Amino acid sequence: MQLDFRGAIRKALDDELTADPAVILFGEDIGAAGGAFAVTTGLQEKHPNRVLDTPISELALSGAGFGAALCGLRPVVEIMFGDFLPLAMDSLLNQASKFWYMSNGQASVPMVVRCVVGAGGRFGPIHSQTPIAWFMSVPGIKIVGPSTPADAYSLLRAAVRDENPVLFLEHKRLYTVKGEVSGEQQSIGEAAIVREGADLTLVSALRAVPDCLEAAAMLESAGISAEVIDLKTLRPPDIPTIVKSVKKTHRLMVVEEGPRTGGWAGEILAAVTEECLGVMQSAWRLTTADHPVPYSPGLEDAFLPSATSIVASVTQHMAGGKVDA
Amino acid sequence: MRELVIDDVATDTMLDLYRQMFLIRIVEDACQDLYSKGLLHGTTHLCSGQEAVAVGANSVLGPHDRVACTYRGHGHSLALGMDLNAFIAELLGRQSGICGGRAGSMNLIDLEHRLLGCYGIVGGSVAAATGAGLAFRGTQRVAVAYFGDGAVNQAYFPECLNFSKVFGLPVVYVCENNLYGEFTPMDTVTAGTIMDRVRAYGVAASQVDGMDIRAVRTAMQGALESARNGDGPVFLEALTYRFAGHSKSDPGRYRAAGEFERWRERDPIRLAREALTSELGVAEDTIKQVETECAVRLAGAREAATEALFPDPGESVSEFKA
Repeated sequence: MQLDFRGAIRKALDDELTADPAVILFGEDIGAAGGAFAVTTGLQEKHPNRVLDTPISELALSGAGFGAALCGLRPVVEIMFGDFLPLAMDSLLNQASKFWYMSNGQASVPMVVRCVVGAGGRFGPIHSQTPIAWFMSVPGIKIVGPSTPADAYSLLRAAVRDENPVLFLEHKRLYTVKGEVSGEQQSIGEAAIVREGADLTLVSALRAVPDCLEAAAMLESAGISAEVIDLKTLRPPDIPTIVKSVKKTHRLMVVEEGPRTGGWAGEILAAVTEECLGVMQSAWRLTTADHPVPYSPGLEDAFLPSATSIVASVTQHMAGGKVDA
Repeated sequence: MRELVIDDVATDTMLDLYRQMFLIRIVEDACQDLYSKGLLHGTTHLCSGQEAVAVGANSVLGPHDRVACTYRGHGHSLALGMDLNAFIAELLGRQSGICGGRAGSMNLIDLEHRLLGCYGIVGGSVAAATGAGLAFRGTQRVAVAYFGDGAVNQAYFPECLNFSKVFGLPVVYVCENNLYGEFTPMDTVTAGTIMDRVRAYGVAASQVDGMDIRAVRTAMQGALESARNGDGPVFLEALTYRFAGHSKSDPGRYRAAGEFERWRERDPIRLAREALTSELGVAEDTIKQVETECAVRLAGAREAATEALFPDPGESVSEFKA
């Protein structure tokens, strides 16, 4: 079935609400209004009393999701923009993520927090961030960031069925992307090679994946064969899939839409380097600069990774030639 | 399940409530001792003086209700039925602790005994109970949050109270006002009154003498019935006092002269003991026997915990449930 990205998310939520009476959705404007990005349109009518419009109280939302998950529900909480996650952070970090360990396995917390993330929409510094790094060092939480409608559908269903807290990130520049949604089951924690190549491995997630694919096509015409990996799950990252690829290509470039310092790209580089140091020619990352996301269109476009900037970075790093020394 | 006549607490019931309060008091004294001997690590927050709230309120809960507490949660944990051996062992960081030594004094969890957890953030219990209340919509179950006066100034409190009210959730919020948020007198950092804040949300609110266990039971019984009937959240402010410092680093120098002594006169355990002997005609020997039994139980739990194994650092741990 052909669906756009937001339709795939809506269908995943609808299907989970239908399949399991324990699933409940709540968040700001998600019911009667259908969501700030029209993702949840029609779900409240179809599932009355299980799709709730809430006050603008992110901490109450995350806390209520936590408590409800402990008492038998499978809550899917929408925090409208990822930029608002700091308001919800205490419950996510100190309650939901720690419970399985701290309770010595008495119970886990099966809840999903969905957020719109990412820049490029002219939303300015406080509605455009990609808050992955804020949660990368939080044990007990999974972070999922799909790049296609098919993955959005399958991984969201997997997230709702997961026994652990899952942060599910939806990039706002992906919502209108169309694709075939097969309904094929997928597991959280598995990356995919979305384009095979021999000369270097490009690793990314969310909106940067189509950028990497576009860059790989451009590089091919310049005689460079790039393998592209879609991480899909940021935490825990599928390091073995990347390691296997890098052992073949000997070069690793990680593309992150997020600040360079403390970002997840650094974590990927470190983890892969630990396994591949002897066989790697080079490893580097392309990230956004260490300043907030700008508003003005020209500034924002220049700030973001793009196919062009990825090609330029690859060309620069491979200026010495692609043949192994 | 419900006991309908609360004001006339039967002698046996009152003696049982006394037993529970007395046990908590001597457990807290033991914690002090275990800490000074280096067996209880880090810090601990004792509830001595607040036993009537823990024992009184939890004694009228239903078997399917759920409770969330704060890091000052020893009394509630025991009142809810946590095994004393597993409780002490947890405080000592042992494998046989209720959380395998992973949680410690501040973060006790015992789902089998209705305890969703004690939370290290002052307002954390407010959220956990609100979420439980969301899960209990349309059922006969009630969620209860216990928290201190300090929590009313943290975002959890107004956000969750409002959330709970607009969805009509079956939650009872019990504020144990012991006059101090950590080391700071409540009134110096709190605008208005707690009751006025709650009433502004349209939430039914009342105050109760937190040193009088029978008053606490009666008030809690009413609050639970209201929440169970689908009348939405209820708030109870229990006026109490802690006889210990906030935590192990607190000598309690902030207390006004004479204040401590005045509250000591209203020690909930003393008041309950007086009621047993003078009102209910229970013999002094009977009470002494109860106290001795508590001491024996505690000694046994203490000995078992000090001899219990520590968890194995080599044990593999998964951050996720498979």
